[in-house]
Amino acid sequence: MNKEIDLGRRKALSTGGIGLLALFGGASLLRPSEALAEWNKPAFTSKAVDEALSSLGATNPEENSAMIRLTVPEIAENGAVVPVGISTSLPKVEQIAIMVDKNPNVLAAVFTIPEGSAPEITTRVKMGKTAHVVALVKADGKYYQTSKEVKVTAGGCGG
Amino acid sequence: MGKPMKIRASVKEGMTEVKILMQHDMETGLRKDADGNLIPAWFITEVKAEYEGRIVLEAQFGQSISKNPYLMFMFKGGSAGGKVKVSWVDNKGDSRSDEVTIS
Repeated sequence: MNKEIDLGRRKALSTGGIGLLALFGGASLLRPSEALAEWNKPAFTSKAVDEALSSLGATNPEENSAMIRLTVPEIAENGAVVPVGISTSLPKVEQIAIMVDKNPNVLAAVFTIPEGSAPEITTRVKMGKTAHVVALVKADGKYYQTSKEVKVTAGGCGG
Repeated sequence: MGKPMKIRASVKEGMTEVKILMQHDMETGLRKDADGNLIPAWFITEVKAEYEGRIVLEAQFGQSISKNPYLMFMFKGGSAGGKVKVSWVDNKGDSRSDEVTIS
């Protein structure tokens, strides 16, 4: 209990009124403009992989299927929910991104990996049709990628 | 305020594994309703996970992340009893924060 109060106090001190609201309101508030890096709109509205790569500052990433493990199903019966796992043995990983090359907006997610967090992510993406899932990894300032095809029997982006 | 997340965090071989299931429609903005009108885009854009105030993962999402997004990741240094807090915001400015105790 003491610990909680202390954390609340620290938060109140660091964020002022918002922290106090969180403390007394019993619920945490998050201001969209606060603490999070700005959403990369140009990258997330890119219609092609090259465009997304350029918006991410990742032009011509090096192919590296040996050190990036991309886990996707060969066949997805339901394109609305396709599990994607990415892990890498590359040192000093800063960022991991997932793209689906045939989706209307190709970039699905960008993860920032702080020091101390594992370079390993699992999530689920939508796929409109059979396409390549691209795993992009930024490690020690350089970009690397690998990709795999997923055959989609029922798309996940239609009506 | 968005709907509550389900979060599990547990220590395994020195790493804290965090599994998150968010509740969100993740509308692409490309689908049409029964009358043929476009359903406006509505999706989570940013996610942040903190362990005792330290950021352990940040993510930006696009429309291609599935409805009710699932996320699994791991970080070093967490211990049982510690708290992991996950927050998201969506493109309409809605947000949600939930906290879980590491088991």
